[in-house]
Formats: sequence, C-alpha cells, structure tokens
Amino acid sequence: MKATFSIRRGGREGGEMVDYQTEVTEGMVVLDAVHQIQAESAPDLACRWNCKAGKCGSCSAEINGMPKLMCMTRMDTIDTSQPVTIEPMRAFPVVKDLIADVSWNYDVKKRIKKFKPRPPDAEDGTWRMQQEDIDRVQEFRKCIECYLCQDVCHVLRDHVKHEEFIGPRFLVYSAALEMHPLDTEDRTEDLKDMFGIGYCNITKCCTKVCPEHITITDNAIIPLKERVVDEHYDPLAKLVRIFRKKK
Amino acid sequence: MAEYTTFEHDVLVIGAGGAGLRAAIEASAAGVSVGLICKSLLGKAHTVMAEGGMAAAMGNVDDRDNWKVHFSDTMRGGQYVNNWRMAELHAKEAPDRVRELEAWGAVFDRTKDGKILQRNFGGHRYPRLAHVGDRTGLELIRTLQDHGIHQGIDVHMEVTVISLLKDGDRVVGVFAYEREHGRFRVFKAKAVILATGGVGRAYKITSNSWEGTGDGHALAYHAGAELIDMEFIQFHPTGMVWPPSVRGIFVTEGVRGEGGILKNSEGKRFMFDDIPDLYKDQTAKDPEEGWRYTQGDKSANRPPELLTRDHVARCINREVKAGRGSPHGGVYLDIAWIKEKLPNSVEHIKKKLPSMYHQFMQLANLDITTTPMEVGPTTHYIMGGIRVDADTQASTLPGLYAAGECASGINGANRLGGNSLSDLIVFGKRAGEYAAKFAKENGHGSIDDSQIEAEAKRALEPFEREGGDNPFNIQHDLQDMMQKLVGIVRLEDEMQEALAGLEKLNERASRSSITGNVDFNPGWHTALDLRNLLTVSEAITRSAIERKESRGGQFREDYPNKDPEFAKFNIAVKEVDGRMQISRVPLPEMPAELKAVIEEMG
Repeated sequence: MKATFSIRRGGREGGEMVDYQTEVTEGMVVLDAVHQIQAESAPDLACRWNCKAGKCGSCSAEINGMPKLMCMTRMDTIDTSQPVTIEPMRAFPVVKDLIADVSWNYDVKKRIKKFKPRPPDAEDGTWRMQQEDIDRVQEFRKCIECYLCQDVCHVLRDHVKHEEFIGPRFLVYSAALEMHPLDTEDRTEDLKDMFGIGYCNITKCCTKVCPEHITITDNAIIPLKERVVDEHYDPLAKLVRIFRKKK
Repeated sequence: MAEYTTFEHDVLVIGAGGAGLRAAIEASAAGVSVGLICKSLLGKAHTVMAEGGMAAAMGNVDDRDNWKVHFSDTMRGGQYVNNWRMAELHAKEAPDRVRELEAWGAVFDRTKDGKILQRNFGGHRYPRLAHVGDRTGLELIRTLQDHGIHQGIDVHMEVTVISLLKDGDRVVGVFAYEREHGRFRVFKAKAVILATGGVGRAYKITSNSWEGTGDGHALAYHAGAELIDMEFIQFHPTGMVWPPSVRGIFVTEGVRGEGGILKNSEGKRFMFDDIPDLYKDQTAKDPEEGWRYTQGDKSANRPPELLTRDHVARCINREVKAGRGSPHGGVYLDIAWIKEKLPNSVEHIKKKLPSMYHQFMQLANLDITTTPMEVGPTTHYIMGGIRVDADTQASTLPGLYAAGECASGINGANRLGGNSLSDLIVFGKRAGEYAAKFAKENGHGSIDDSQIEAEAKRALEPFEREGGDNPFNIQHDLQDMMQKLVGIVRLEDEMQEALAGLEKLNERASRSSITGNVDFNPGWHTALDLRNLLTVSEAITRSAIERKESRGGQFREDYPNKDPEFAKFNIAVKEVDGRMQISRVPLPEMPAELKAVIEEMG
C-alpha cells in the first residue's frame, strides 16, 4: 500500500513541506519510510538516526505534530488516508530537513554541577548501596536524551525561555544527581536561580511524550521543587543561612 | 585549492563510544590537550546498544571468581588464538575500571549486601557481568560522557574522518568533514587514537547502526597499518527476525541468562543435542540443572543456551536449514515459560529485561512475558581489527593507536558476551595513557598540502559525476552479497565469487554519483562510507579464504574442523602498492605461568 509523506525540506533560512510517496509494508516504522524515500527519490533528505531500536534517542521528530521517535512509531498506528507529516522538533532551530540544532542542550548540561561522591566508606575502598535506594535514580538514568520532553515543554516551545529554564531533561538529570545516594553536591540554589525550576507549572506534557516512560514530573520535578522550597523558602532555614553567612 | 579549517590537539580521539570517551578522559587527565571526534552527536554511539553488562571478575556474587578464571574463559571462548597478554590485562584490570565508573556516578544494580550485582552470561563460568537491567551500554556511555564534559576535552560532533594524514611513516593528523555544511577540517595531532567501532553495515542483517562502516579499520589500512583476524565475525545468535523492518535488531543474551530457552518448530529444546567437547564438563546435564544455574545455584552447570555465541548461532542456522525453523526463518526464544517456576514471572521479566519487553511490545506487538520470541543470527561484532601492542594499544604505525572493537587481539576467534564493554574501558584507558605519553615525547609533524588537496578532490568527486549509481543501491548490493557469500557458513568458491563481486562493486562505487549539495547530505555520506565498507569486506573475504579451517566466528563448510596448524598464527592484511597483501603472523609464545593458569582452570 502506498502512503504519502509530507516532509519538511530546507535549511536554517526556511523550508517547505514536500510530498513523497512510498510503499508501506508490514511492521514498518516511520524511520523505515524515511529511509525508503532517501533511497528511492531523495538521497539528500537529512535525518538523524543510529540504533533504530529506541535506545539512542537520535531520530526525534514531530509526526503529525506529535513529538516521537521515528524508529519506534509503527506505521500501522498512523492514519495513512491523509498525508503523514514529518517535521523536526520545533523547540530548537532547524539545521536542515528533519535535523534540529540541539547544541543548546549540551551547553546546559555542562553548567550543572558534576557528580561529587562522598569518600568511599566500605572496607574495600568502594561503597555499599541498597537496591531500593537507587531504584528512583535508575529510573532517571534510563533517559536516552532524545529531547522530546524539551520539545513539548511549553516554557521552551512557546515561551522560548531557553536562557532562563533548563527544561525537563535537565531537571531529570539534576534529580538523578541530587537523589544519588553517594552525591554530596547541593544544586538547589542553581535550580532556583539559574535553571528556572519555578517556570515549570506541572502540565506533565513531558511525562506523556517520554519514550522511556520516565515519570518526569511526579518523580523528578516535583520532589526537586520541594527541595528548593525547603531549603530556600522555609523561614527557619533562611535564618540559619543568614546566621551561617555571618559566621 | 581546497578550503578547510585547521584544529590542533596533542591527542586526537576518533570515535566517542565507550573506548573513545575513556581514552579521551585518560589522555586529558595526563595533562595534554584532547580533541574528540564523534560521527554522530555525543552520547549516541553504538555503545548505547550494549545490553547485558560488562565482564569483570569482582567475585561479588560468587567468590570463586577471579582474574585467572576470567582469563581462561576468555582464551577458551577465543579458541586460543587471542593475544594472551591482552586477555591477561583485561581480566586483571576490568574490576578496577568498573569500580571507577561507580566513582564517576554509574548506578549498577546491587546485590543484597549492597555491592555491584553480577549476572551470568555465555562462556563465563561464574556470574560476572556488572549490569544495569538490560541497558548497561547506556549507563556506560552516559557515565563517561557526563564525567568527560567536565574534563576540558574539545568535542567535535557530527564530524567524519575520511583519511589519516602522515609525515613519513608517522600519523600526524586527519582529514575530515563536518556534517552540517560539508566543510573540510584538518586536525593536527601528535597522536591519534582510533575508536570507531565495527563493520556490521557490510552485512544485510545486522544489529549495527549506519555508523558501523569500518571507518577505523579502513583508515588504518589505507595509512599502511596492519589488520588481523578479519575473518572472525560474530554473528549474534539472537536478533529479531520479524517484522522485516526490525530484522537484525539485537536481543540480549541476558534473556538466556535469566532462564530463556531456545526451541525449534517441533517444540524441541535443540541446544542439548550438540555440546562441543571443550565445554562438555561445564554444561548442564538436563533442563533442571540449567534452570538452577540461572537462578544462582553454585553447584549447577550452565544450560547449553549459554554456550558461546558462535556455537549457538550455528545451531540455530542448522535448525532453520533443516526445516525446523519458525514461520519467519528463525527459532523460538522463550522466557515466558519461567511462569512454571516463578509465580511473579511477569513482573520479574519486566524488571530484569525492561528494554526487551519494551522493544518487542512496541516493534513486534508481542508480549515476551506470555509469548516466545522469534530470533535468528545477526551480524553483531568483528573480533578482527587493527593490530595493536597489548600494553600500549599502539598500532604498527608510529603515532597511531586503537582501542575497542576496531582494535584486535583480545577476543581471538570469538568474543564472550560482556567482554566488549570491559574491553572498551580497559583498553580505552590504556590507549589514552600511552597516546598522551607519545604526545608528550614528540612534537607535531608536518602535513604536506598535496595530501590534503588529493583527499578533498576525492571526497567531492561524486558530485561531479553524472548518471552513475546511487550509493544507497551499491551499499544494498554489497550487503546482500556479503550476507550470502561470506556469512555464517563459508565456502571457498563462494568467497572467490565474492572477491569478483567486490571488484565490480568497487568499480560501480568509483562511478557513483549523487544529487544535492554538501549540506547534511546522507547520499554523499554514504558514498564516502562505501569505500570503507568495500575495504573491510575485501579484508574479511581474503582472510576467510586464507584460514582453511573452522574456528570461532569462522565456519568453513569445506573445512568443518579445527586444524591445530591454524592455531599457531593470526592472519594479517596490509596495503602494499595499492593492493591487499595477506600474511600469517605467528602467535607469541604464552609464558609458562599463564599456561599453568589455563591448565589449572581446566
């Protein structure tokens, strides 16, 4: 069965939607269709992909307007009676065709204070951790950095607060560090002042699009917000801080 | 005159998977300036696909484990044509490298007493794989990435290297292009480390991504370095076979480690039928013993599903050829059966194998907690690669180092699962350390402009030609041919046919043409990668013809047995006057104390 795909073509200056037809066969995913189109009629159609198994997070795009991984979106879940639109993620500048410029994300990550473990405390010079103490952190570390959560976040997508807000991906990253049983660093002040955690108003769109099913809002962002409140808006704690500074 | 931008680093690392990142971190820690080139974005390299774990004899789960057992398991798995020194260093150093990851933030699954948990895997006598569910590769790459970005490494993303630049014999830099605008870049470096991964894209059915085009192998070869063991390719026994678009996608050995069994269309558990002599004493006598092994019973031997990958792949191939395959040309891998043994099997499977559950649910519409999977062999890994010195990872060319899959030696004729991730961190570290040392002891070389001009001209040629073949088609034809003629089962006549076919494909590639311009153009990238794929395909084929025996990843139908004569050397290829020259490199004599270790371990 033939289907029509309407794909964004063009560079940073601007682009247009171009229609391509290709055969859709059993079990195919959207990325297969894009590859087929490349081989058949548009060898210079640019898209990122690597593992083709939902593990690397390279092939993020908007399929019929929904942020998704192209490699994990089966064609039989899409209505092909209409042209299927494929566009790059909108929360970032376009490089070419389906490629978004995600370099901002790499800059943000560098600004977050790195992991700082307490000194090893087991006899053999390592640490002991219980599985139940790391379950939460392991959930966050499933992240494949596809940036679909960044793409869907209205603070970035609609309000373009990239300067003031680090987005769900890096709140999850911060949460993984903050809740790591061995970590001794404190990132709450940065989260409040530089990383704009207050901008998140818990609409949970990020959780909905996460291909790894990380409960971003409930498990990462809300507990982080609570930590920020506890440490920076609790009047008693504030007093203690002032006292400490004077000392 | 070609236009290009020049960058200078003391050490330049090509490839940002586990080995490249670990090398870059080490070199940087040694106080030299480091550049790291990624073919894709940082953190997307094929290492993320590794699932099962990294092998390190820490003895956290079974205290009988130690480096000696790991060493002898690795040598046995490699059928004794491994570089013994690499296998020794690997077994001794892997535990420290794993613990170091924990200090950098990795969060491994835990034992009850809070240590790093280790799991069973094919060919490893004791539970040895440190892991995080079935996404250990992601944990490795993310840990190294997040540590590395604070080390002052200059990262060059979406840059592809197309040749090594030399000053006399010495490698002194590379010629590359960046993807967005196709602009050329020259990187000058005192030492260059290749960590480019594998060659899976030479085959039709593969678990490798588009990046696995043998770049490092081909770059080193064309610069005059030696490659060894190129005939040894690992066909992983369990790739997905259905639906067609996911054919080849990898299904972790962890499924079998957790108790998964292989059955044919008659419902027979066929792996018990054919257990090699080398492993008879270490294999379970019956299904019950096999199950006990997967559940941690120290007195039990492993089930035959956990024999080495080369053997399991051939058994599956045999079942399919004998007409006992599944509807789509594979066999059944069943983990759902454990419901007979475990009351909470559904939750257990989801917890232990989350990404497998997810992968089958989403891509094949199949629930692995209730239904057996269809699986078949997929091109997974190449044991062969750049010939390196065991201690320093130096190639046969001064200034050039290699680590990870593109280097060779540790795995011999067959790699054990889990030995790859540990290889990356053990030898990535060593490559970084010794490349930094070389860089401190040597200044920059000089690069002759004519080399750069020639490379730039060659790179742009596909745009100037018209009416030639589309590079995607040539790549498809190459993959079909290699799959058919130089695959799991090999024959002299077929491989000679492949050599003739390669000549034709080379000729077609030299006439291939592309449309569009140099801006992020996958057609152009494919045309440039083709040269590498054709080079490694020829190396695989010629080496496979030269080895007239069956051993590990090489199975010759015309020479179905192992021949002790062929245990005495590795097969090497080298470019001499533009042609591939093949030779036999004698294996170094193993020292008496290591021979004693192997005998002691039985």
